[in-house]
Amino acid sequence: MNEGIVVAEMTADVPMQYGLLLAAVLFSLGVIGVLARRNIIFILMSIEIMLNAAGLAFIAAGARWAAADGQIMFILILALAAAEVSVGLALILQFYHRTVTVDADAASEMRG
Amino acid sequence: MLDLLALVPAFPLFGFAILFITAGTLPRRWIAAIGVGSVGISAILALIVAAGFLSAQQPYTQIVWRWMAIGGFNSAVGFYLDALSVVMMLVVTFVSFLIHLYSAEFMADDEGYSRYFAYMNLFVAAMLVLVLADNLLLLYLGWEGVGLCSYLLIGFWYRDPANGLAARKAFVVTRVGDTAMVIGLFVLFTHLGALEIQPLMQRAQESWPVGSGLAIAAAGLLLGGALGKSAQLPLQVWLPDAMAGPTPVSALIHAATMVTAGVYLIARTHVLYELAPPIHTAVAVIGALTLLLAAFSALNQTDLKRILAYSTISQIGYMFLALGVGAWAAAIFHFMTHAFFKALLFLAAGVVIQRLHEEHDIFRMGGLRRRLPLAFWSFLIGSASLAALPFIDAGFYSKDLILWETWNSGANGPWLWLAGIVGAFLTAIYIFRAVFVVFFGPVNIEPEGRTGFAIAVPLIVLSLLALAGGFVEIPEYLGGIPAFTELLSAVLPNPPSLTAPTASSALAGVLTGIAALLAMLGVAVAFVAFLDRPAFVTRLIESPVGVTLQRFWAAGWGFDWLYDRALTRPFVWLAQLNRSDIIDFFYAGVAWLSEAGWRLLSRSQTGLVRWYAAGVAFGSATLIILAVFA
Repeated sequence: MNEGIVVAEMTADVPMQYGLLLAAVLFSLGVIGVLARRNIIFILMSIEIMLNAAGLAFIAAGARWAAADGQIMFILILALAAAEVSVGLALILQFYHRTVTVDADAASEMRG
Repeated sequence: MLDLLALVPAFPLFGFAILFITAGTLPRRWIAAIGVGSVGISAILALIVAAGFLSAQQPYTQIVWRWMAIGGFNSAVGFYLDALSVVMMLVVTFVSFLIHLYSAEFMADDEGYSRYFAYMNLFVAAMLVLVLADNLLLLYLGWEGVGLCSYLLIGFWYRDPANGLAARKAFVVTRVGDTAMVIGLFVLFTHLGALEIQPLMQRAQESWPVGSGLAIAAAGLLLGGALGKSAQLPLQVWLPDAMAGPTPVSALIHAATMVTAGVYLIARTHVLYELAPPIHTAVAVIGALTLLLAAFSALNQTDLKRILAYSTISQIGYMFLALGVGAWAAAIFHFMTHAFFKALLFLAAGVVIQRLHEEHDIFRMGGLRRRLPLAFWSFLIGSASLAALPFIDAGFYSKDLILWETWNSGANGPWLWLAGIVGAFLTAIYIFRAVFVVFFGPVNIEPEGRTGFAIAVPLIVLSLLALAGGFVEIPEYLGGIPAFTELLSAVLPNPPSLTAPTASSALAGVLTGIAALLAMLGVAVAFVAFLDRPAFVTRLIESPVGVTLQRFWAAGWGFDWLYDRALTRPFVWLAQLNRSDIIDFFYAGVAWLSEAGWRLLSRSQTGLVRWYAAGVAFGSATLIILAVFA
């Protein structure tokens, strides 16, 4: 209990709102990146940014309430991001093999 | 002996099954043996069963198996034997056997030999089910079975579209009556809770007073079925066209057996008609009208088979007249003698037509008396019986009985009797017109071929029956041995001459004398008009009124014309109007709407992954906003 209070005091100098605001800005940037970018590699990178924004929100909230859950969730997100990138890169490679482009809009065979 | 009853209809059914399954692959000799043999065995069994019945003198019921049991409704395949069904069974099996024997030679050169006997055997089985059924549902099965076989055999030579048309006409017109009959069965079952004929009749008698609405409805609806099947006014139009089938078929189905099913149905359910006096009177009136109309039409036909067809309608009119005045046994008696002499007439006509290369027009025949002696004598005996020439033939006794009972049937009796006696006079003229034109005078076409054993035997046997078949009922003035009506008196109520006689027996002699004289006068008229001095009749026919009347009567009083204008054409017009199916517009609209929806939604499937991502983002943003602020 005492240790928890100490931790709270140590981090009290950065308010949680700032952390969450930063996370929101990063997430929005990620979303805009996914929607606006046509280069499939940049889309993948934007997704990474969104994942990290979510991780930051967890860390900030975990610090505010001095709970370890936030950090556990961040580790989970890291693992998820690693898996996602490996699958995503493999897909991009295949995609490039087939279309010889990295334009995501070129993959529209499923139209209609 | 009585437990052989179920085998009587089973053998023809078995014969049908064999011929149906082998589908014409058997040798012709075998086909004939199966087709004729199965009915022959059935006839012998019928004789044994009848002997057993006559010694026991008790109604006998045989339940073969339970047909269906749904909720409170039970129906069995059961056969019921009483005096009425014994008579029907014997006549049906024996006449059928003789006609099958005749067919074995008559149809010998036909490519559909096996199909023919298959249908004929099925017909006999269905007809026996009809007359032996112990409940109305099984009776209805037989009723529809004979209708089906009638359809199949009228259209037997199906390559000629006219035959198919005649078959369809027969089927559709009888269907009108059958529908009424089915509704009648529903009425009986819902109000009396049974379809077994004997309990049903008992319950009707107990729970319905005379003249009650339900009894009138039930009797009227069953009468509708009888009118269709027996070709009575107003549903008689199909029978003349039914002559498109082979001649033995006309003899068996459209003269001797099936068309009299209506007579049997009314006699079987006579209790209902006694409970419904208006309908009972209607039966007599319809019979009297039909016999007159059909007699006039028969007088003006030139096709030998159509003369006989109209004559059949007319004679069944006599049976309906007898039923309508309460002379039940007389109707069944006339059914029996009619089965003999009309089958004989058709079979003799079949010989004439076949030996003259399918010539149907009587005015192109002539002088066949010495060329075809067997056909001549058979036809002459049949005609004498049909015309009811006094004393020597069967038809005289049955017709005389009907006319006598008609006179006795209350206030309207003499009027109905008058219709009957005029009809009898016309009958003698029209049938002897055929005799004189076909068999006398100069020879127009030389007959070819020869008539064999299998055709000769049925003609001879039926000739004997047409002569002597009437002696089962000897009237009072000849000694009075009414064996036939006594046999039936256990089943059918007494005729008016016994219950409420309005005439003395002295009058009976006078009336019989009038009938006998008129019949002979009719023959004389036919002799003068069509053989001795045809010029007079020719002048009569060629006058303007004569031409119109002749055409009108020859066309069956314009009933076909009327039904064509009143029913067929409006129906065809409606069908053409509704060619694109008005109701279908609604369903087409539903289909169009869903197709439009599909087009709209498929537009949203761009295949661009970024659009999908935008959809996900927008959707989740909306959900979050709703969760937070709402």
